Amino acid sequence: MDVGFCLRSEAAGAMRTALMSAENLQLTLKAEPSQEERALTHTKRGPEETHKAGNEDLKEMLESNKESLKLEAMKRVVGLIAKGKNASELFPAVVKNVASKNIELKKLVYVYLVRYAEEQQDLALLSISTFQRALKEPNQFIRASALRVLSSIRVPIIVPIMMLAIKEAAADMSPYVRKTSAHAIQKLYSLDPDQKEQLIEVIEKLLKDKSTLVAGSVVVAFEEVCPDRIDLIHKNYRKLCNLLVDVEEWGQVVIISMLTRYARTQFTSPWKEGASFEENNEKAFYASDSEEKSERTEAEAYVMDPDHRLLLRNTKPLLQSRNTAVVMSVAQLYWHLAPRHEVNLVTKSLVRLLRSHREVQYIVLQNIATMSIQRKGMFEPYMKSFYVRSTDATHIKTLKLEILTNLANEANISTILREFQTYVKSQDKAFAAATIQAIGRCATNISEVTDTCLNGLVLLLSNRDETVVAESVVVIKKLLQTQPTQHSEIIKHMAKLFDNITVSMARASILWLMGEYCDRVPKIAPDVLRKMAKSFTAEEDIVKLQTVNLAAKLYLTNSKQTKLLTQYILNLGKYDQSYDIRDRTRFIRQLIVPNEKSGALNKYARRILLAPKPAPVLESAFKDRDRYQLGTLSHSLNSKASGYQELSDWPAVAPDQSVRNVEVVEPVQEWAPSVGKTKKLKSDDKFYSDNEEEKAEEESESSEGSSSSSSSSSGGGKMVADVYSRASFQVTAPSFGPVKTYELLHHMTGKGLSAKYHFPRQPCLHQPGMVAVQVTLSNGSDRSLEEIHVGDRSPASLNIHCFNTIERLEPEASVTVSMGIDFSDSTQAANFQLCTKEDGFSVSIQPAVGELLMPSSLSEQDFSREQGKLLGMNETSATVAMATANASSQAVKQRVLSVANVGEVPSGQDVAHSAPSISRRDVPPGPLVMKTLSSVLTTGSCRPSPRAPFIRDDGKRSRAET
Amino acid sequence: MIHSLFLINHSGDIFLEKHWKSVISRSVCDYFFEAKEKAAEPENVAPVLQTPHHYLITIYRGKLFFLSVVQTEAPPLFVIEFLHRVADIFQDYFGECSESVIKDNVVTVYELLEEMLDNGFPLATESNVLKEMIRPPTILRSVVNTLTGTWSNVGDTLPTGQLSNIPWRRAGVKYTNNEAYFDVIEEIDAIVDKSGTTVCAEIQGVIEACVRLTGMPDLTLSFMNPRLLDDVSFHPCVRFKRWESERALSFIPPDGNFTLMNYHVSSQNLVALPVYVKQSISFFDSGPCGRLDITVGPKQTMGKTVEALMVTIHMPKAVLSANLTATQGSYTYDLATKVLVWDIGKLNPQKLPNLKGSLSLQAGAPKPEDNPSLNIDLKIQQMAISGLKVSRLEMFGEKYKPFKGVKYLTKAGKFQVRT
Repeated sequence: MDVGFCLRSEAAGAMRTALMSAENLQLTLKAEPSQEERALTHTKRGPEETHKAGNEDLKEMLESNKESLKLEAMKRVVGLIAKGKNASELFPAVVKNVASKNIELKKLVYVYLVRYAEEQQDLALLSISTFQRALKEPNQFIRASALRVLSSIRVPIIVPIMMLAIKEAAADMSPYVRKTSAHAIQKLYSLDPDQKEQLIEVIEKLLKDKSTLVAGSVVVAFEEVCPDRIDLIHKNYRKLCNLLVDVEEWGQVVIISMLTRYARTQFTSPWKEGASFEENNEKAFYASDSEEKSERTEAEAYVMDPDHRLLLRNTKPLLQSRNTAVVMSVAQLYWHLAPRHEVNLVTKSLVRLLRSHREVQYIVLQNIATMSIQRKGMFEPYMKSFYVRSTDATHIKTLKLEILTNLANEANISTILREFQTYVKSQDKAFAAATIQAIGRCATNISEVTDTCLNGLVLLLSNRDETVVAESVVVIKKLLQTQPTQHSEIIKHMAKLFDNITVSMARASILWLMGEYCDRVPKIAPDVLRKMAKSFTAEEDIVKLQTVNLAAKLYLTNSKQTKLLTQYILNLGKYDQSYDIRDRTRFIRQLIVPNEKSGALNKYARRILLAPKPAPVLESAFKDRDRYQLGTLSHSLNSKASGYQELSDWPAVAPDQSVRNVEVVEPVQEWAPSVGKTKKLKSDDKFYSDNEEEKAEEESESSEGSSSSSSSSSGGGKMVADVYSRASFQVTAPSFGPVKTYELLHHMTGKGLSAKYHFPRQPCLHQPGMVAVQVTLSNGSDRSLEEIHVGDRSPASLNIHCFNTIERLEPEASVTVSMGIDFSDSTQAANFQLCTKEDGFSVSIQPAVGELLMPSSLSEQDFSREQGKLLGMNETSATVAMATANASSQAVKQRVLSVANVGEVPSGQDVAHSAPSISRRDVPPGPLVMKTLSSVLTTGSCRPSPRAPFIRDDGKRSRAET
Repeated sequence: MIHSLFLINHSGDIFLEKHWKSVISRSVCDYFFEAKEKAAEPENVAPVLQTPHHYLITIYRGKLFFLSVVQTEAPPLFVIEFLHRVADIFQDYFGECSESVIKDNVVTVYELLEEMLDNGFPLATESNVLKEMIRPPTILRSVVNTLTGTWSNVGDTLPTGQLSNIPWRRAGVKYTNNEAYFDVIEEIDAIVDKSGTTVCAEIQGVIEACVRLTGMPDLTLSFMNPRLLDDVSFHPCVRFKRWESERALSFIPPDGNFTLMNYHVSSQNLVALPVYVKQSISFFDSGPCGRLDITVGPKQTMGKTVEALMVTIHMPKAVLSANLTATQGSYTYDLATKVLVWDIGKLNPQKLPNLKGSLSLQAGAPKPEDNPSLNIDLKIQQMAISGLKVSRLEMFGEKYKPFKGVKYLTKAGKFQVRT
């Protein structure tokens, strides 16, 4: 309370300052330029004299009375901003137009304001009051845009005003405004991180929002402000999973990546499962009861958390998204969360992305490269998709090469090598060099082809291109190291080529080879050393170092021939410019040339210099990239980007999963059965534990179906129906109670065609305003019926969404189709004709009031507030008879649900006072018209004895009258 | 997420900048220029660059660089996809996405960018929504604008699309002629090796739609042989569930032109290449010359004519000029880029087109190591090479009868012949 008060007074203070300076300015502006302005023009005059003149006439235009002139001026100002030129001196002239009636002018002023407010903080305050006024506008777009601009003005003094505005907007009726407030949270946070605590409160509130419009934006805010507050997600986890498909594509990306992180902290690893799990299960089946227990604990059979499964299932369809970022984020989710055998699902979609723009290819290939190291099998069937085309950009080519190398195995190596042969000849020399390295890697990894590769590489030594030859030498050197015995021929060949090779790395490699295997080429090596002694001074450092090495090794093995040469080289090295070489020379001299000072080490010189060296391991550059989450910037750069959120390891023991249970009725989802089952177990326990609290399980349970028993306490909770939000199109309603089926057409009257209908109590998919009706058509005749469709309707204005014409209905067959009917909130029957090819039958559907409703979830407070707003104009009452004997709250609920499609309000009230009441809004989610309908049951003190729920409907019509 | 955007032209001038958070100096682009300098071709600049304080993510489209600055971890594909979306929107609004067009419409561009991102997070990226808020320029309007300067860019109606559950469609669409046209376009990606064997070949398809229908039509497009489709991606308007159960596309379309779906034809089906190429390119050590002889002939065209046939060859740097004769069409050799283009046109199966002659090499330059590969372009009207057929289009929710039409087209995608 205190905080709130402070905030308000601060905000008021800031406002007052703003308003006061506004008044001042207006007063002074009329007469002559204000002091500030003069000061501005004065300081700016110096450097930009010519530029100034141009802005002078802009200022005149902005101050004129003509709208068109102002607009023209603003357009030119925006042009200046776009070019990055400074237009800040126009601030006073521009800011006056902030309240303009012309929308375009206003928008352009906003652009200007956001750009320069930070530099002109005092003057920017003048505009604040305009936005504050706009925040109260009835039009949601104006409210939203006011908040957008207000929060974009980076002026620290208005932080309290922003805070207030955000808090208000977060509770706005319009989801669009709430979305904007989620964006504003991040802006405020970056302006003033001290507001974190308060902002987290707003985030917490917005996370509960059911609108698909808000979901993405609030998760972005969450990631920015408090990514470590994973506890805020628990209660919203299932909702986010279920909304995901309907969230806009950008939001999907953020939500998926956040949920990936979340899942890694909440579920146990699915990766150690597999065959062992099923085996154990079977054993347990045959084992005796007593054994079973021990078996279980021992095997720790892995059962995937239903919530974990829910996430995987709900993200899967998004692999079909046109947005490459969405596909990539689903792929990384599967990579990090799915059981091993399911990861393959994403392969096809990733390969599809390779058809997209070059930049997309680049990122996707990077990720595939990382994946293909661990899981060859995933991409092997698509190997041909990674074949290089001459038109690819170099970085794409090298990535494809990387992947092909990763995929190589005994079976496909010949195909890959054939492909590589083409690449080596490429005109893109950098790429050809990369190919040679790739061949080297294949040769070391797959021993069958080592010789073939080596021969191929030796052939390349006669290539005319220098880089190709150099790269070949380097790779051959590495290969020879792995098996030097048989290859003295190759070493000789390379020695012959030595004179023609100028690339220093290659020269150095050959020298090293000579030294290392000097016993295999005893005649050539000293000769090479002789040549090197001649050219020593002209060589690169790396070659010089290897020459010194070669000299030392030869000195040890063949000192007769090379003693003088070695000394000569060591002397040259002693006076070299590079201290590295001087150091090395000094070291070598002490090591190999015996003198009185050198002592012990000298004896080991041979063992030191000619020690057997381990062969180098040629491995992928992508090997260590898997420490980063796939698809992230850090992964792409292979270095930790600022703000990167580490993906945690799976917990050994899953944290309590009940934290994700939600108190409010969730709409029916396809996952309900699996969830329900686990829940049932639990609630059974509690049934006997005479626990009086409202258990969260109860809600999920009721969504599954009414027949399941409930743990609910003896007093009824409140029941509320869900506001059928416009935006959450897919959100379906809870289907409670037994479905009542009505007859539409008897088969006697219908000449064999019979029809029944029921209300599935789900939002109509065709049009939000319609009531969904499911019609079951069956053919009771002995011939097939053709072209069953809906014919004329009465009244003619009746709005029906017909089912698709059924071409043919075989005898004894039946088909269920869904229709949407707009009853326009009345219980008037909808009459229409049901036609076959030959006949037409008039039928009518008479809705019960209860079926026109849609449930919505409200908190208790909201419920009472809405209830308070009811005017009582359109009251409908109905009596539900019930025997007092079985009047448990559960039974009451069942009865009520059987007559009306409503939801439940969780009630914290004491049993004795609680009156199960049902509220709802009307089916057509009309923009702002609120409709609430409540039913109040009078209950007895301990044993509720319902008599007459009376239903009040109130809304559009009554509003219209006032 | 996205902090700032800079538009940079081919020669490296920054001609537009936009900041969604605090202003970042344009000097940040210097890191990019450095990388651009190093890479010979603009295509070779790495899309993601790291600088001491920022990360630069760039796309290159239509000779323009769209450079975005990111300060913290963000999925790079997210940014790339968004930048491409921006370029698409420019294309959609102005007909092309080039420096001059963007400069001419700088105010509209700025208004668009303002609406597309809020605090660096995408806000409205659907062309239908944006067009309601900011009207695309028309000839009439630009005339009136120059004369009076009064006609506003900004729509006076507030967008409702953004709020509905079908944000891709604007409300209150009205047409006198209601029409729905679908173009099934398939592209053949193939690599053919020296001997004429197909190394790899696959078919990628796309269905482009042009729908101008009044009201809120609900369309269902079904195929004769949906089994052909192996992997698909959809416009957000398509209902996943219906596709999974019935293999039919059910959707409420956006207004105007849009891409309905992309698909990949399952690789089990062998791809019949429509043309074959006989080529021999050889360079000689003695004398600065090489010889070139290319013939193109039809292979599997199912009785349709192959049109717009074109062969493009990126010659080795050493090739100075070409002296060739073409029996059909004409050829050009660009000395600067070393690209030989042979524009053949219609393929006549009776008289196969042939390009023959000599190439002269730079004096003193060594003979090129490798023969250049040929890129083939072609078009076949009225045929989808995979055999995919649309069986019908049904419309619900509206009473009028629309004009419907489906067009098939086969094109060469990345069709390469190695030599």
